[in-house]
Amino acid sequence: MHTEERLVNIDTAEPLVGPGYTYATATEKIAGPVLTVPTPKGWFLTFGIAFALVMVFLTAVTWLFIRGIGIWGVNIPIGWGFAIVNFVWWIGIGHAGTLISAILLLLHQTWRNAINRFAEAMTLFAVACAGMFPLLHLGRPWVFYWLFPFPNTMGIWPQFRSPLIWDVFAVSTYATISFVYWYVGLIPDLGSMRDKAQSPLVKRLYGILALGWRGASRHWHRYETVYLLLAGLATPLVVSVHSVVSFDFSIGIVPGWHSTIFPPYFVAGAIYSGFAMVLTLVIPVRKMYHLESLITKRHLDYMAKVMLATGLIVAYGYLMEAFYSWYSGGTYERYMMFNRAFGPYGFIYWLLILCNIALPQLLWIPSIRKNIVTLFILSIIVNIGMWLERFVIVVTSLHRDFLPSSWGMYYPTIWDWATYLGTIGVFLALMFLFIRLLPMISIFEIRQLVPAPGRNGRKTGT
Amino acid sequence: MSAKLFGLMAEFGSPDDLLKATQKATAEGYTCVETYSPLPVEGIAETIGFRTRLPLIVLIGGIVGAVFGYAMQYWISVIDYPINIGGRPLNSWPSFIPVTFECTVLFAGLTAVIALIASNRLPQPYHPVFNVPRFSLASDDRFFLTIESTDPRFDVTNVRTFLQSLGPTGIYEVEP
Repeated sequence: MHTEERLVNIDTAEPLVGPGYTYATATEKIAGPVLTVPTPKGWFLTFGIAFALVMVFLTAVTWLFIRGIGIWGVNIPIGWGFAIVNFVWWIGIGHAGTLISAILLLLHQTWRNAINRFAEAMTLFAVACAGMFPLLHLGRPWVFYWLFPFPNTMGIWPQFRSPLIWDVFAVSTYATISFVYWYVGLIPDLGSMRDKAQSPLVKRLYGILALGWRGASRHWHRYETVYLLLAGLATPLVVSVHSVVSFDFSIGIVPGWHSTIFPPYFVAGAIYSGFAMVLTLVIPVRKMYHLESLITKRHLDYMAKVMLATGLIVAYGYLMEAFYSWYSGGTYERYMMFNRAFGPYGFIYWLLILCNIALPQLLWIPSIRKNIVTLFILSIIVNIGMWLERFVIVVTSLHRDFLPSSWGMYYPTIWDWATYLGTIGVFLALMFLFIRLLPMISIFEIRQLVPAPGRNGRKTGT
Repeated sequence: MSAKLFGLMAEFGSPDDLLKATQKATAEGYTCVETYSPLPVEGIAETIGFRTRLPLIVLIGGIVGAVFGYAMQYWISVIDYPINIGGRPLNSWPSFIPVTFECTVLFAGLTAVIALIASNRLPQPYHPVFNVPRFSLASDDRFFLTIESTDPRFDVTNVRTFLQSLGPTGIYEVEP
């Protein structure tokens, strides 16, 4: 395993782990921010803002529970509005975490070791934010458990021919598997935290979470087997989740939704937005915690390249969508496309093309891709672009369908915005709590990248 | 010092040293050998002759999930609550695939995690190896080899001499 990594590292300018790292210093560097190093000011600032947004979220949700979804801008014909736009946006963001931790593991992309923990946590919190929207949109969120098949006194069962129930299974499976995958990945590191912690209470808490992990070879062997199996299970799962999300649209007959390109194009879009979100979060955090030697510029460069590649798949999706609505010859399909680009929401469509297709092409230029500031800005632009994409899909398809008499417009209200911004606060607050309380980089996987002591040919630093 | 030890533990500074020591210990005929390391060391499981049946258990979990997922939908949609939706057959199997797939992954994944934790005998609040003060470095940068007293060939003096011959950086008695 080590030989392979050395071969990978030799011909590149920048190694995956900064020079001079040993097992001990890697542990110290990653466990330090949690246990010993004083929390940076940036943490308090970000967490403060996020916490304020959590309050906004709670207010919005409380008002929603009191008054019902009439406080949102949704109405027939646009019954889905922000709730579903945000749901798809958040769940898409989550996909990069599973891609990084599972698919790149199966492909032996060891550079993932520095960012997988972080990305998995991001997945978990993004899915939590995503899951709230369909529930809040239910109208009677307190009976959300009716979504699940359980024997009940009403004598009814869910309808398994509906993509909406597929969604319930896909998202709840995804949330569960993401959580256990993340936790299993944490167990050896929780052991390290337990052994490093000075305060007896902290030691005990990490000790409970570590389950008594002691790094025995039999345990490691089973552990690696299960880790690989979970990666193999999570890989088709992540593809299935966003495919199922796209079925919510494409199984319906509304022009602009009823399209076979939806599943692959949704999955690519999900990974696109997910990588953008990882970059948006990782760039400030690595600066805040001085992790430049673990999350190197090479990592950022790789992520930028994945973003560019998936962005091109998304561009192909847009192109095919437009082409087939013309080629189909269907009146409604053609009108949908024309209306999408030149109708009342046309400016959003062109903004989407600008954010998702035009500007990300700048990533082809190495000086822009390798510049942290421009990369950060572009990652935010892609996040906005992907949100606009979901807005375009949900709103412009619904607002003018078959009968002109039932056309309408959708205008989000302040409560729509408050709920949306509120979930961003929830996401950031959870993310920063995670950074504060748990090792944000997988320590034992970084050890596998550090040259082993006593090996020849590489500076060992011991 | 208590009468019966859990075993003797030797400390090493690198994964290579640990692997060599493990190979020598098994070659010497010791069977109750266990190593502790801050990262998985390739080759040790093979050396101590350890294999795991976890993949089979996970496969079974997945199959159970698939059967459960499809059977649940079949029973609900065909037997207990049949509804004609757009003239589709009651057993409209293509529509049942997504949920069947999700159940497969869910069951297989949860089986994997539960089987991992259970077969590792975790959570385990107490284990003798933690009695060695230096052992807290087993999750940081040191590597440990233990020959347990349950080994038929265990004898404190002999095992100590043997461990000494491996060139460890320290030898400790592990109290039970």
